Amino acid sequence: MNIPTYLLVIPFLPLASFIFTLLLGKRLGDKAHWPPIIAVLISFLCACYAFDQVLHGNHVNADLYTWFASAKFKASVGFLLDELTAVMLIVVTSISSLVHIYSVGYMHDDPGYYRFFSYLSLFTFSMLMLVLGNNFLQLYFGWEAVGLSSYLLIGFWYHKKSASDAGKKAFIVNRFGDFGFGLGIMVVFLVFGSVHYDTVFAHVHDVVGHTFNFMGFNFDVISLMAILLFCGAVGKSAQIPLHVWLPDAMEGPTPVSALIHAATMVTAGVFLVARCNPIFSLSPAAMNLVTIIGALTCFFAATIALVQVDIKRVIAYSTVSQLAYMFIGCGVGAYGTGIFHLYTHAYFKALLFLGAGSVIHAMSDEQDIRKMGGLKKYLPVTYFTFLMASLSISGIPPFAGFFSKDQILAEAFASHVAAGKFAWFVGTVVAAMTAFYSFRLIFLTFHGEFRGTEEQRKHLHESPLTMTIPLTLLALGALAAGWVGVPEVLGGENGWAHFLAPVVGHPEVHLSEFTEWVLMTISVAAGIGGIYLAYVMYMVKPEIPVELARKHPKLYDTLFNKYYVDEFYNATIVEPTITCGRKILRGITDGKIIEGVVNGVPGLIGKFSHVLAKLQNGRVQHYGGVMAVGAFILLWIFM
Amino acid sequence: MDYGFPILSSLIFLPIIGAAALLFIPRSNEDDVRRMALLITIVEFLLSLPLWFQFDKSSHLMQFVEKHPWIPAWNVNYYLGIDGISILFVLLSTLITILCVLVSWTAITDKVKEFFAALLFLEGAMIGVFCSLDFFLFYIFWEAMLIPMYLIIGVWGGPGRLYAAIKFFLYTLVGSVLMLVGIITLYYHGGHTFDILKLSANTYPLKLQMILFWAFFAAFAVKVPMWPVHTWLPDAHTEAPAAGSVILAGILIKMGAYGFLRFSMPMFPQATQAMMVPMLILSIIAIVYGAVICLGQDDMKRLIAYSSVSHMGFVTLGMFALNYQGLEGAILQMVNHGVVTGALFLSIGIIYEQTHTREIADYGGLASLTPIFAGFFMVFTMAAVGLPGLNGFIGEFLIILGGFATKTWAGFFAATGIIIGAGYMLWLYQRVFFMEKNPKMVSLGLRDLNCREFITLLPMLLLIFWIGIYPNTFLSYMHASVAHLLQQVHASTGSVQANTNAIVECALRFIGG
Repeated sequence: MNIPTYLLVIPFLPLASFIFTLLLGKRLGDKAHWPPIIAVLISFLCACYAFDQVLHGNHVNADLYTWFASAKFKASVGFLLDELTAVMLIVVTSISSLVHIYSVGYMHDDPGYYRFFSYLSLFTFSMLMLVLGNNFLQLYFGWEAVGLSSYLLIGFWYHKKSASDAGKKAFIVNRFGDFGFGLGIMVVFLVFGSVHYDTVFAHVHDVVGHTFNFMGFNFDVISLMAILLFCGAVGKSAQIPLHVWLPDAMEGPTPVSALIHAATMVTAGVFLVARCNPIFSLSPAAMNLVTIIGALTCFFAATIALVQVDIKRVIAYSTVSQLAYMFIGCGVGAYGTGIFHLYTHAYFKALLFLGAGSVIHAMSDEQDIRKMGGLKKYLPVTYFTFLMASLSISGIPPFAGFFSKDQILAEAFASHVAAGKFAWFVGTVVAAMTAFYSFRLIFLTFHGEFRGTEEQRKHLHESPLTMTIPLTLLALGALAAGWVGVPEVLGGENGWAHFLAPVVGHPEVHLSEFTEWVLMTISVAAGIGGIYLAYVMYMVKPEIPVELARKHPKLYDTLFNKYYVDEFYNATIVEPTITCGRKILRGITDGKIIEGVVNGVPGLIGKFSHVLAKLQNGRVQHYGGVMAVGAFILLWIFM
Repeated sequence: MDYGFPILSSLIFLPIIGAAALLFIPRSNEDDVRRMALLITIVEFLLSLPLWFQFDKSSHLMQFVEKHPWIPAWNVNYYLGIDGISILFVLLSTLITILCVLVSWTAITDKVKEFFAALLFLEGAMIGVFCSLDFFLFYIFWEAMLIPMYLIIGVWGGPGRLYAAIKFFLYTLVGSVLMLVGIITLYYHGGHTFDILKLSANTYPLKLQMILFWAFFAAFAVKVPMWPVHTWLPDAHTEAPAAGSVILAGILIKMGAYGFLRFSMPMFPQATQAMMVPMLILSIIAIVYGAVICLGQDDMKRLIAYSSVSHMGFVTLGMFALNYQGLEGAILQMVNHGVVTGALFLSIGIIYEQTHTREIADYGGLASLTPIFAGFFMVFTMAAVGLPGLNGFIGEFLIILGGFATKTWAGFFAATGIIIGAGYMLWLYQRVFFMEKNPKMVSLGLRDLNCREFITLLPMLLLIFWIGIYPNTFLSYMHASVAHLLQQVHASTGSVQANTNAIVECALRFIGG
């Protein structure tokens, strides 16, 4: 089966643009954005065409070539186009296109202009390879390649120590997740003799109930596979305990935060779980784990977001929290809904970041919301679009976020397992917190009095059209993206769920219409309640939050310092490893013990042969003589 | 296969004769010496290309064979040939030597003619090691290699060169002596022959196999180097001039691993199987120990040297997994390591020429000062940390898969090396290339790569992408030889099928219910 050209164009045009722009971009100067923008727009058109093909039932699953093979092991570069891929293609190429255009305005006077755009192309290529792969190895390729792009873009302003630290941290923390992910792929191969999705998923039912001896223990083979693969998802999608890299990743330019660290790359973990749903669905243990990790992350990230003062960090923790919602969806078997939230989140979260970028741009690179305020009248477009995104994330109907979040909560509630009910409860509480911190951000940034310097006030300006047009288009998405998945209870057809059902199945939600209405009311009430509380605390009585922080300093410090997780990892993993390398291995074992023996033995011989000083004149040829004598002695012993 | 033209002999003796010829060029014409050396290495490389194109990949038999009686009284033959494993190293040697000449172009200013003569002589001896099919001949090349390398470190090295050179020499010598004893023992027990292929076809009593396995182990483990006999490597690498480090990392330390493949495994198959677990454990220690100790280094070259210990741990782990994926991954990783670590040492040599410091703390902000160089180094770094799409990944993945299939713990612990590997390499990159420009570097007025340096690094870069994107070019050469080797290893226990297809069996166990 041949791979249609339009499908090959989707990833490889951005690759070509990456190479071209990296090598020749410097000569293009301030026109360096053209090759990447044209490439990503054509990719977007091809992705739309691919989507249309899928709607007409034309799927693709074919190998381009054998990447590497050894005996029975075979890894291919191959492409799979089905409903799930089609959705991801649209999300990735559309957001990427808008971010490309936005960056023309945002990055216009940066000395690394061409480098930035070439990296964006590299990222787009990598992400598309990730979602298009038809086997685990290509998924892994894309997985690491987006990691590289992320590393390069977080550390884009590499002269800042904080930025280069953050890039490094992202890469290494992800390696912990990839460690499990890689082993998971190996288990998959050892069990099924293949790493192609179709073969693996076709045979997964045959191995139910079998065990796999891993490190001397017998594990249920499906649970083992699922949990190892999930390790990768935990890293890439910044879930507890590997969430620590994502907030630091905000050191990268804001368009990067929007594209990579909100809308696309970090959702790869959710994509992985949804793609592997035939495996996960057969393992209750893994499903429970996914749900619980989701619920915990959802809650902890939201609590941290309540008190942060850096505009990008608030949104970053909100991303971690929203990704956790997607995992809750997957964990209760509602993969389609998880992907639905991935898709709506992509638009409203990209919008939040790009809006934040517009604010930072206007504020001459200020990111502290305590120094903002009253920006509404200076940045009307930014304000309006930011407000739409915040309504969407707060789950207010009829914005996109409402539909996806509400369905996740409903399906968690409908779940038969305790973890599902628990996740529903946590998810509902967090829905209120989400609305609260989102509107805290709005009120502190756009309302009230301006609290910045006079210098900053003079420079306040609405962003150029290259930035506001993407904002406006994304705002449309934040509003309307959810309308393709209106549930039956609201008179819709839930076209989304039906579309994805061939890949991810359709969870049987046994809820009465009445229950659905009640749940919906609760989640909307939580959202409105959160907004109202934020209004009271930051508009009506701004002394309340100050008072609260003063009364509960320990709680406030813990939240503000992100539960000291970074400090904990530093003290228990990073520092001990480095100390071990420097003090113990370099200083003692290599430096004293092994070297002691090595230098000691010739020393002893030296003392002995001092007697035969005439032999020992330090010339190489004499060692040859020693060698021959020694050989003969040994020979004599052996014979 | 008879090739008519004695191509392997030509490859061995062209550089050796060239080395002698160099000595006749007047000392004042240093540039002529350099040009002549470059010309010889390029001709040598072109001469090795027919091997690549004429090689019959479907056969595990020795090809381009040359056999002539040499010392009939002892049954010594001048016997050469290559198979799908050694061909890769012959070609890697001819390529890397060109780059070594280029990187030494302006770096070596003292005793120029002797330096290039030593380098060429070394090249001939290295190729001889990979082509010899007679133990006597093999041992001569094996020892002959030591002398030029000793001189390159000891004469043209850094401040601690004498200590490093003597340490290198003695370490290697101790191992070699034990191997020599082993060779002579084999000669008597194997029918009075030095013919490596005949000796491999014999079966020896288990006890003898064990003794000989350890005798050969002494030589090969030092060369690899395996933990705990690795401490010569950091000193040798650090003190050697760039070309010396590149040859050491690229070719010399491959010979230990090659020795296991060529001798220990086919000749002592039962001992090899019996020693599998200890070897896997030593490999894991090397991987983790080598990686963690990298985090405690202040010297760039020392860091890369210790990373070699870690990477070679992967190689020995893959070999002693004793299955297809492990072995093929190990052989490919030997090439990969030669390319990547070679490239890293070339890069450090290039920048050292301008900065004259190896202290990481003296660097910083080079990405702004030398962007093209930084780009090259980024690719090499990413290849070293095993980024898919670059060469390191293919080898590491196959090795870990092979280890995992044999013993899950072997794959598990080996994989931890990948996490730490990312740690020390990215940390190195950050401290050298990122952050604020170090005033020391600014005051030097660094220039970016010049044309010669660019050409020196480019082949490595292309190989990194080639092997990463389409490794089958290289893997296809080794399939037949690896299959044959595995057959030899497992034939003794009569479990060829069971062991070589362990992975399939495992799969069948599950799929078949």
